[in-house]
Amino acid sequence: MSKTIKLRKGFDINMQGVAEHIFVQNPMPDSVALKPTDFVGLTAKLMVKEGDKVLAGDPLFINKLQPEVKFTSPVSGTVSAVTRGERRALLNITVTPDKETEYKKFDVADLNSMSREQVVSAMLEAGVWPFVKQRPYDVVANPNDKPKSIFVSAFDSAPLAPDYTFALEEYADDFQIGINALKKLTDGAVNLDIYKEGRAKTTFTNITGVEQNFFSGKHPVGNVGVQIHHIDPINKGDIVWVVNPQDVVIIGRLFSKGVFDARVVVALTGAVKSPRYYKTILGANIQSLLAQEQLGDNMRIISGNVLTGTKLGANDFIGYYDSQVTVIEEGNKPTFMGWLAPGFDKYSFSRAFFSWLSPKKKYTLNTNTNGGKRAFVFTGIYEDVLPMDIYPMQLIKAIMAEDVDKMEQLGIYEVVPEDLAICEFVCPSKIEMQSILRQGLNVMRKEFN
Amino acid sequence: MKAIENWIQKTKPNFEKGGKYEKWLPIYESFETFLHVPGTVTTTGSHVRDAIDLKRALIIVIFALVPTLLYGMYNVGSLFYTSIGEDYTMMEAFGYGFIKVLPLIVVSYIVGLGIEFIFCYIRGHEISEGYLVSGLIIPLIVPVDIPLWELALAVAFAVIIGKEAFGGTGMNIVNPALLARAFLFFAYPGNMSGSSAWVHSVEGKATVDAFSGETILGQLNAGVAPDAIHGVANNQLSVCDLMIGNYAGCVGETSVIAILIGAALLLFTGIASYRIILSVFAGGFVMGLLMNVMAPETNYVMQLPAFQHLLIGGFAFGAVFMATDPVTAAQTNTGKWIYGFLVGVFAIMIRCFNPAYPEGMMLSILLMNVFAPLIDHMVVKANINRRLKRAKAAQETVTNA
Repeated sequence: MSKTIKLRKGFDINMQGVAEHIFVQNPMPDSVALKPTDFVGLTAKLMVKEGDKVLAGDPLFINKLQPEVKFTSPVSGTVSAVTRGERRALLNITVTPDKETEYKKFDVADLNSMSREQVVSAMLEAGVWPFVKQRPYDVVANPNDKPKSIFVSAFDSAPLAPDYTFALEEYADDFQIGINALKKLTDGAVNLDIYKEGRAKTTFTNITGVEQNFFSGKHPVGNVGVQIHHIDPINKGDIVWVVNPQDVVIIGRLFSKGVFDARVVVALTGAVKSPRYYKTILGANIQSLLAQEQLGDNMRIISGNVLTGTKLGANDFIGYYDSQVTVIEEGNKPTFMGWLAPGFDKYSFSRAFFSWLSPKKKYTLNTNTNGGKRAFVFTGIYEDVLPMDIYPMQLIKAIMAEDVDKMEQLGIYEVVPEDLAICEFVCPSKIEMQSILRQGLNVMRKEFN
Repeated sequence: MKAIENWIQKTKPNFEKGGKYEKWLPIYESFETFLHVPGTVTTTGSHVRDAIDLKRALIIVIFALVPTLLYGMYNVGSLFYTSIGEDYTMMEAFGYGFIKVLPLIVVSYIVGLGIEFIFCYIRGHEISEGYLVSGLIIPLIVPVDIPLWELALAVAFAVIIGKEAFGGTGMNIVNPALLARAFLFFAYPGNMSGSSAWVHSVEGKATVDAFSGETILGQLNAGVAPDAIHGVANNQLSVCDLMIGNYAGCVGETSVIAILIGAALLLFTGIASYRIILSVFAGGFVMGLLMNVMAPETNYVMQLPAFQHLLIGGFAFGAVFMATDPVTAAQTNTGKWIYGFLVGVFAIMIRCFNPAYPEGMMLSILLMNVFAPLIDHMVVKANINRRLKRAKAAQETVTNA
C-alpha cells in the first residue's frame, strides 16, 4: 500500500549551479581515502600501515568498540599515507590506486537462500555495513540490533542536490538487489520514499518488494528523518535504519558480484564552470573532479550540500556518505551598511530585502554569516520551515540547558542535525542549531548506552 | 567606504586579544558592525545563511514606526496651535512637533543605549540591537510634555530592571518600552493622566475656551456619551476622524491609518506575527460586543461600539507594535493566537471595568507578557502528550500482535 504525503512547510533555496544531466566518466583519481571523521562517535583502529598493499575490500580500519564493523578500501593499491590530527586522531587513510582494480572476493550466494545472519556477516566483511545508519543519533548501525523498519529516501531536496532518478538509472538492477538484501535485515517494512512531482525518470517506481511512499513539498521533504516522522515515527526505544540510495546500489553489487565495488556518481555543483555528474569512486580526491575547473583562491569546496556538507581542503577527499560536491565563494568581504541596503541580491526567507521581487531568480550565495550571533529573538520562523510536529527552538533551548528529560519529551530521537539545517539557515540570530543538536544527541547517546 | 575599511583594519588590532583596549572589543565591534556587515564566514553547520539578521529585522520595525512618528509630530504641533487658537500650516505644525518630540527620542536613546553599552562592556558581549526599537517606541507612547528627567528615569528602570537583569535582549519577560510607560504611569500619574497632560502647553499662552485636551477614554469615563465624543475643539469626532487621529493622546498612538501602514510593512516582510495582530483585534472586538450587550445605561465606555474600541486608547498601536514583540509574546504559533486574543479581551475589560486605569492596552499587554510562558508551556505540553500517546499506541500494537 503506497502513501502520498504532501508537506506544506519548508523552504527551497534557489541556488545557481545545478548539475546538468550529463555524465563525465572520470579516470581513476591519483588517491582515494577513507576518513574516520565521517563517522560520528567512531573510535577507529587502524588495520594497515603505510606501504601496505590492499585489494578493494580489504579493511583499512575497524571500529575499536565493535571490531566486526570494518571499513574497507574502495580500490586496490598501496597505502600511501595515514594522516593524524590533534591527539593522534585518525584523519584519513590514503590509498594510491592501481591501474586496474583488483577486488577481494566475498562469499555470497543467492539472496533467497541466505539467512539474515549470513547477509549481515557478508555486509560486515565486505565493508558495506557502514552504509547502514541508525536513527536516532545518526550513527553507523549496530549489527546486533533489529530495526523496526528501514528507510531509503530516493530523492534529495537540499540545494543543488543530485537527481538520483538520473544518476542511478543504469544501476536500477543493483539497486533492486540492494533493497532485497535490506529486506533481510528487518521484520518490518523497507520504505522507499519517492518524490511525487517526479524527477526526470521512473528509476525508483519500478522497484518492487518495498513500501513506496510518495512525498511532495519543499526542503527538507527529501530528508529521510522528515519522512520517517510522517510514515513510521520513532518513539523512545525504537530503532530505524536508513541507507542512501547510492549506497543501496553498492550493497546490491556485493550480492550480485561478490565484491566491494564502490563506484559512485557525484554531482559537481555550485560556482563551477561545468556542473555535471561525475562517475568516480568512493572517497576520491577532490582534485580529480576539479582538475578542469581552475578555481580561484577565494572558493570553498564542500563535500555534500551547502546546508550540511563538510568543508574540504584543496587536496581533500569526498565524504563517505556524500553524492554531491558544492563549490561556493567565501563571503569574507565586508559590505558597507549592508543591513540598510535595499538588497535586491540578498537572499532571504523573509521579505525584508527587495529580492522578494524576483522569487524565481537563482542566487549565488556565499559563506558570509550575514550578521552576528545573538540570543533567540524571533520566533515561529523555525516552525515555518520544518515540516515536523516538533518545536525546534524549544528543543534547542532544552539542549542548551542540558535538560535530558525535556530533550526526550520534545522529540530529540526524531531529528538529526541535517533536519534542522534549514532552521539554522533562516535563523536571524545565527544560532548554530546543527552543532547544538549534535551535542544534545551525544549527551543522549551517552546517557542511554 | 574603502577608507572606513582601512581605518578598521588599522585600529582593530588594538581591540583584539592582547591589544591595548582589549576590554572595549564588544563596544568596538558594535560600532564596526553598524558601519558594515563584516566579512565573517561560517565555520560550522550550514555554509550559507539567510541574509536577514537582527539589525535588518529591527530596522524594518523602525521603518514601520516612521509613519506614526511623523504623524505624531504633526499632531503635537497641530493640537498646540488649536489649543491657543492660532492658525497654522501643516509644515508649521510638523516643525513645532518635531522640535518638541525630538528631545524625547534623544533622551530615550542616549539613556537606554548608554546603559546597554555599560552592560555589554561588563559582559563582554557585542551589543544587541533590541533597544533600537524600544528606544523609538518609548517616545511614541508618552505624553509630549513629560519632563525629560522623568523619561530618563523610566528608561533606565525599564532597561536595567526589565531587560538587563534578566540577561539582555531575548531574555526579558515584559516589554521594556511598556515597562517604561508603566513606570511613568504609576510613579508620576500627574503627568500621565487628566485633561492637561496630553497636549503641549506653554506658560503664558491661554487655551481657548472651546478647547478640551482630554483623551477619548477620559471623556467617556467622565460621562460623555459615545456619540458625542469630541476632539480638541469640541467638534464631534467621526470614525473617520478616529482613523486619522487628530485628537489628544500619546505622541504616536492616535493615528490608526499611520499605524496600519506600519502594520502592512511588518506583515508583508514577515517580521511581525499576523497571528498576534489579528487575534488582538479579534479579542478586543469580541469583548467590545460583549460589553455592549451588558452595558448599563449610564456606562458610556461600555456602550462604545465595539469597533470604535479598536480605534482609540492606543489599542491599534499596542496590537501592532507592542503585543507583537517576539521576545515577550507567546513563542509557539498556537500560543500566539491565544495570547493575542487575551490581550484584546483584557484591554477592553480593564478599560470598561476600571475607570481609574483607562490604560487598558498597556496593562493588558504587560499582564499577558507575564502569562505568555504559561501559554507556551501548555502548547508545548500538548505536543509532548501527542508524542507520548503515539508511543503508547505503538506499544499496544506490538503487545497485541
